[in-house]
Amino acid sequence: MEFIDYYKILGLDKNASQDDIKKAYRKLARKHHPDLNPNDKEAHKKFQQINEANEVLSDPAKRKKYDQYGKDWQHADEFEKAKQHQQGRGYTAGGDFGSSGFGGGNFSSGDFSSGDFSDFFNTMFGGTAGGDSKGRRQAQFKGQDFNADMTITLREAYTTHKRTFTINDKNVRITVPAGIAEGQTIKLKGYGAPGVNGGPAGDLYITFHIEEDAIFKRLGDDLYTTVDLDLYTAVLGGEKMIDTINGKVKLKINPETQNGTKTRLKGKGFPVYKEEGKSGDLFVTWNIKIPTGLTEKQKALFREISQS
Amino acid sequence: MHTTEDLIPQEACCTQYNIAVSFIQQLNEYGLIDIVTVEEKTFLHSGQLNDLEKFIRLHYDLDINMEGIDAIAHLLTKVRSLQGEITNLKARLQVFSIDE
Repeated sequence: MEFIDYYKILGLDKNASQDDIKKAYRKLARKHHPDLNPNDKEAHKKFQQINEANEVLSDPAKRKKYDQYGKDWQHADEFEKAKQHQQGRGYTAGGDFGSSGFGGGNFSSGDFSSGDFSDFFNTMFGGTAGGDSKGRRQAQFKGQDFNADMTITLREAYTTHKRTFTINDKNVRITVPAGIAEGQTIKLKGYGAPGVNGGPAGDLYITFHIEEDAIFKRLGDDLYTTVDLDLYTAVLGGEKMIDTINGKVKLKINPETQNGTKTRLKGKGFPVYKEEGKSGDLFVTWNIKIPTGLTEKQKALFREISQS
Repeated sequence: MHTTEDLIPQEACCTQYNIAVSFIQQLNEYGLIDIVTVEEKTFLHSGQLNDLEKFIRLHYDLDINMEGIDAIAHLLTKVRSLQGEITNLKARLQVFSIDE
């Protein structure tokens, strides 16, 4: 665990006034606030650092402790205990002086809880965070929303299926509807952090990522695949058994099928999300393979065709 | 699709979030929050709470005025639409790459 320079994070020097801190925090927060940078994990991380720096420097008691121990923060508690012990000697026995913690306050933005603070902060300040400067600290707020990513295969996304995972020691079982798309988010109400001051719990947002498939490419509800076709069937026509995502299908090949020709199989694509019975189409692109290792006789026949 | 079942009294929102009624009214005037009036009482749809909380944070925590919030709301809509377009284009690129 490393020392965190809160002044550096806010771009301030140690003599900064409370007004300077407030201005610097607001300026940086406006740039990196998660509300203003949707789906930007870097901005989210940066905002947590800014927020933590502000949490310490805008609170005179925390700032004093931080300034006092600086890089020796790891020994802060030992210093505090020793100091209390010394002070205690001059007073009545059992005197409980100046607990070094910062109790009571609840962080109020609704975006973050003490769980978002660094280990450095939690070790030095006991993981408690104060309110904001607008006097809204006693307001009830919905708990922090959690975001999670889940990667599934294309074939898993094809069917409605159950998934179980653990988040914050809670087992969550969800149903993933068939046809879920890359980047699509499912909201689980009440699975976020507990509310602040009795507010409702936050929500859990699961963003799905679909792994690429070796055979099928997906575009919306349609699937695309490329299938090799031998030259003779392409020229003379015939039948070809191909794989769809849910089984094999026999296709009629028209004579003189050109390389790159696309065949559309209606309803053999991906299921439409939450619309039972509806599916996209499968587009098969024919990749005509030129025969190799021809015998002299076969070559002669091709020559004959070419000259006819 | 909103139903009357998920209506939350405006007063309850103000108490819950410790904000002035005028703040919600201003959001409504800027078209950022919809207010429903039933029998002379004003309500918000629960589906708008996430947005309301976001606007509260922007205003009270970041000191952004109503004009700023309005501009940000429009830009965020654009950002989300562009992010969706990028996802879609990436999927299209995958389809083309199979033909190469």
